[in-house]
Amino acid sequence: MTTPLLAVDDLSISFGANGRTHHIVSNVSLRLGAGQTLGIVGESGCGKSTLAGALLGRLPGGTEVNDGRVSVAGHDLFRSSARQLRALRGGTVALVPQNAGHALTPTMRVGRQMREVLTLHRDLSGTAADEEAARLFAQVRMPQPEMLLTRYPHELSGGQQQRVGIALALAGAPRLLVLDEPTTGLDVVTQAGVLDLLATLRAELGLAMILVSHDLGVIASTCDRVAVMYAGRIVETGPTTRLYDAPGHPYTRALLASVPSIAEPGLPADLPGSPPKPGGTVTGCAFAERCPVVQAQCRTGDAPPLRAIDDDTRAACLRAEEVRDLPPERRPVHLRPEYAEQSTLVSLRGVEIRYRSGGPPTVADLDLDIRRGETLALVGESGSGKSTVAWTIAGLRAPSAGTVTFAGTDDLTRLVGARPASLRRRIQTVFQNADTALNPRRLVREAVGRPLRLFRLAGRNDVAARTDALFTDVGLDPSYQHRLPAQLSGGQRQRVGIARALAAEPDLVLADEVVSALDVSVQAAVLRLLDRVRTEHDSTYLFISHDLAVVRSIADRVAVLYLGRLCEIGDVADVFAGPSHPYTRLLLGSVLDPRPPASDMDGHAASRPVEEPESAPPAAGCPFQRRCPHAIEGLCDTATPPWRQTDTTHRIRCHLDLEDLARA
Amino acid sequence: MIRYVLRRLALAVLTVWLASLGIFLAVHALPGDVATQILGRDATPQAVAAMRTELGLNEPLWQRYGDWLSGALHGDFGTSLVTHQPVADELTLRLRNTLLIAALAIVLGIVLALVCGVVAGLTRDRWPDMLISTLSLAGMSMPEFVIATLLALAFAVAIPIFPAVVTAGPDATVAELLPALWLPACALSVVMAAYIIRMLRTSVIDTMASEFVATARLRGLAPARVVLRHALPSALLPTVNVVAMNIAWLLGGVVVVESVFNYPGLGVLTVDAVHNRDLPVLQAIALLGAATYALLNLAADVVAMLLNPRLRRRAVA
Amino acid sequence: MMTLSGAGRRRWGAVAGVLTGSRSTLIGFVLVGAHLVLALAAPVLAPYSPIVNNGALPIDAPSLAHWAGTDQLGRDVLSRTLYGGRLALTDTALATIGVIIVGTAVGCLAAYWRGWFDEVVMRIVDAVLSVPTILALLVVVTVAGSGTWVLMLAVTTVYAPAVARVVRAAALEVIPLDYVTAARARGERAFAVLSREVLPNILDVVLVETAMRASWVVLLISSLSFLGFGADPPSPDWGLMVAENRSMLAVAPWASLAPIIALATLVIGLNLAADGLAKSLGVDRMRGGVA
Repeated sequence: MTTPLLAVDDLSISFGANGRTHHIVSNVSLRLGAGQTLGIVGESGCGKSTLAGALLGRLPGGTEVNDGRVSVAGHDLFRSSARQLRALRGGTVALVPQNAGHALTPTMRVGRQMREVLTLHRDLSGTAADEEAARLFAQVRMPQPEMLLTRYPHELSGGQQQRVGIALALAGAPRLLVLDEPTTGLDVVTQAGVLDLLATLRAELGLAMILVSHDLGVIASTCDRVAVMYAGRIVETGPTTRLYDAPGHPYTRALLASVPSIAEPGLPADLPGSPPKPGGTVTGCAFAERCPVVQAQCRTGDAPPLRAIDDDTRAACLRAEEVRDLPPERRPVHLRPEYAEQSTLVSLRGVEIRYRSGGPPTVADLDLDIRRGETLALVGESGSGKSTVAWTIAGLRAPSAGTVTFAGTDDLTRLVGARPASLRRRIQTVFQNADTALNPRRLVREAVGRPLRLFRLAGRNDVAARTDALFTDVGLDPSYQHRLPAQLSGGQRQRVGIARALAAEPDLVLADEVVSALDVSVQAAVLRLLDRVRTEHDSTYLFISHDLAVVRSIADRVAVLYLGRLCEIGDVADVFAGPSHPYTRLLLGSVLDPRPPASDMDGHAASRPVEEPESAPPAAGCPFQRRCPHAIEGLCDTATPPWRQTDTTHRIRCHLDLEDLARA
Repeated sequence: MIRYVLRRLALAVLTVWLASLGIFLAVHALPGDVATQILGRDATPQAVAAMRTELGLNEPLWQRYGDWLSGALHGDFGTSLVTHQPVADELTLRLRNTLLIAALAIVLGIVLALVCGVVAGLTRDRWPDMLISTLSLAGMSMPEFVIATLLALAFAVAIPIFPAVVTAGPDATVAELLPALWLPACALSVVMAAYIIRMLRTSVIDTMASEFVATARLRGLAPARVVLRHALPSALLPTVNVVAMNIAWLLGGVVVVESVFNYPGLGVLTVDAVHNRDLPVLQAIALLGAATYALLNLAADVVAMLLNPRLRRRAVA
Repeated sequence: MMTLSGAGRRRWGAVAGVLTGSRSTLIGFVLVGAHLVLALAAPVLAPYSPIVNNGALPIDAPSLAHWAGTDQLGRDVLSRTLYGGRLALTDTALATIGVIIVGTAVGCLAAYWRGWFDEVVMRIVDAVLSVPTILALLVVVTVAGSGTWVLMLAVTTVYAPAVARVVRAAALEVIPLDYVTAARARGERAFAVLSREVLPNILDVVLVETAMRASWVVLLISSLSFLGFGADPPSPDWGLMVAENRSMLAVAPWASLAPIIALATLVIGLNLAADGLAKSLGVDRMRGGVA
């Protein structure tokens, strides 16, 4: 038997604190041959990034390998000399780091960083090195590869930096590429481009890859095999499609069910509870607390071993066969009740917002109605101005032109200080990042109680009772209110943020990317909470998101923004059914569904052009003209496109008529 | 880039102008009659009146400020109340002498700081770092006059290599002053280096812990290369402005250290001027200090911009 | 209410954790604490008057009667040093409180209001910082004399701008965060936003600044006295004592060394405390440079 390219045997990594050992990675074994791809998937804190580092012989500070070994091409990484390790790193196994913006040396030109690796691992120098560098940059489909050599990292966009990061990893001609969340933080369209590049490289170079991600869709689109991690252990591993179709571990099953789908309407199922803290000690199966099929023996003894449940799939569950044979409950759909169309709550007409007076408008020519009782989703990439719109409605930024009215009478172009308290109370915001949305030095009780006092919604003696009720309402035990935000999990913090907004009994809730920072299982729970409280409190949501699958699951209507200009608007079902604006189509095509409909699979095979987000719209015509595959010269670059009305709800702003759009 | 430099220059000019206003107002608008302060409480009313005329105190405040500022712009800082010589003449010689110490102190201080700061940062929490950190803490915690006094005790009294007190006047030649430079310069450089070392140490530690240094290591690059090519340029960048600030601080430290050694520079002149209530001299020195500070900061900003591709690009855009 | 006291305990536990975070922090706080105790107890502890010659010989070496010897006028050096601590700590405390209050208020408001107020404040800050502190102080002393209150006011004027700059930078990091935005969107007043949301989150920076500026104030005031423009003889001011006895350093080192040791231990204590605070509170102590 030949040595596998990568062999991880019974690896355990731990840190010591208070005289005890806390395991971050426990008994992990992996095998990878040349040209194979393996995805490692798990939620935050499951130990996947520590494992990724260990594959290059790196450990986080304060941790140590207790047991087991990592061999790359037959060399035991943790028993190699410093010199051997340096030769292996970059030359045999290379890392594509999570955030290339931070991982490239800011004071060195990209070309010099490249030449350095070429000289070290490939003995190239001078023009030979320059030519090879240019070839590598071309290989990752960077425009003008020769020009790139003299650029500094900060002169590149996020997607370009990530491509350079990949090129640098390729430069040493490694046989194994370790990718740690390689597309996290990139816009969906950019992410799709990078993943597509990885698939091509793998085919061209026969590289073996290990891709670590929290995103089941990312793994599905790039990896043949997948390993699911939970609480430091691999709980299931097997071929990606088979595993996604019939998971044998209840965690895998629950994880898959919590991913919202772009293909089907309805809220995804949530996974109750939260994973054990990294390094915590558990008797028996770590998932037992959250498991729907748990039985007595799951909670005793050692963790269940990873065992074969067919010739190619292994799962660490005592009841794996049963779980696999559970009825193919593909997706427990919790359909949302239909909303009844009602009067307009907020009306924007001809709104233009500039960050600097005299500067280019961030948002222009925006007409939008938010109807009472609905969830209107505002969708777009970063820089699309979607948050800016919310800030204007919240009174934190004044529009430079246009009118914004609330309930037909109140003027929302006034800043928050000029609004009466009654109006301020009726509009509340839930923020994207639960980590920064709560004052870290104040008990969460104070955050929720503050609006009650400020808007005099509760008497002095009622505040405590109201706060208790609000905590219960968002699914938190009232005892949690005496904690500081740092003592809560991300999902719990987001619930407090929602309770704070609800405390003011608002008519309109501005929800700005409220689930994008959450793990997928937590995300599903927060989505369901949002939807429930909206119905119960009879409020209206402006739901801002970049994630079309999330939007599909929760919104009634959707509006698509590109560079601050509205492209398309309509009921969710209509917009997702098509025809679509070319930009919406690009967004839809970039969504990675863990279990895509079969017809979609070949969509990724087609080579994508380098897609880089633009920062400012063209001077005239359609804002999307430069990226549009159907742009008509002389028309799209001169005239503002007209609105095309499909049926009763769906409108598209494009020079192509509806029939062309349907065919395009 | 030129626009950036011009903008900085305009800010520097504004700063110095505001400082000149502050200095002038401090002298002329603070409660208490300047003429009485100069002559003492038991001066006759006639003498005070004469002094007021000599100082031009009877003219409106703004006119006096205008006269002083326009004079200063032309190199005319008025006449010393003590020697009745033009302030500018006296300043020139003293400035030369102080610059001699300052230059030596800056060179010594920066070399010392760079070496120690980088070593301490790279050997974090091991003995070289412990030693350097402790010494720099001590350097920061001693007043300049104590350091100067102790140096004098060691190298002028115990081991008499250098003079403890300078006997030469302000018009001594450079060669005459040369032996007297070392102790004051050392005293200044110790304090200056202490601050830079601590800052640089932090900066080196942060940079070594950064993701790009970790990634460079994971590319298999040799440790020396990672430190020299990848880490140090970023680690040294924030030092530039700190060095400039410390050089500006030196102007204040000079006052104390020169007094200890009686070195005929601006510092001793300042102390004499305070004793004699020679306000025109004091004003001139304060303004000179402000201008030097502004100029150094300007220089540091430009140097930082040249070294930092990020700033350079932003400046162009 | 049980849980509330629980939270209170946690807070005090955290404070205790900061104070004893590392050996050097502990040394720092012990040094400063010892200086405080000695200064408070000086009238009890000092064996002689700090001002008057008690009939002792001048420049008498340390002995059982005079633990730290006597100075050139035959005054007990130990008593003078103990009383000197009272002066140093009072002046330092007053000036530091002034510096921190003014600097924090101005820095917070500049960061919160931005716009023209910020511009004007920052230009003034630059201008004040541009004049070397000791020169600025000497100008003030020349014109207005060296009374305690003049000195306090002058020290506040020269050091508050540096604090304002650091506090402003810290506040600017906090103000864009969502919880501050949430408060503004609720329509909270500037004072409420700053005191409820911003200040608690930059308190670490303010604390570190306090310890650090206190050490500078000690150095500055002693330098001024050393030059002869601070305390007037026969005051037992440490800087003045060094100046008076410096010429006899080779003959009677005790007379200068006692105040030097007192000064150095106080400043080292303050510096270690600032370091320790900075480390356990996660503040970059050098972010303000040395301005």
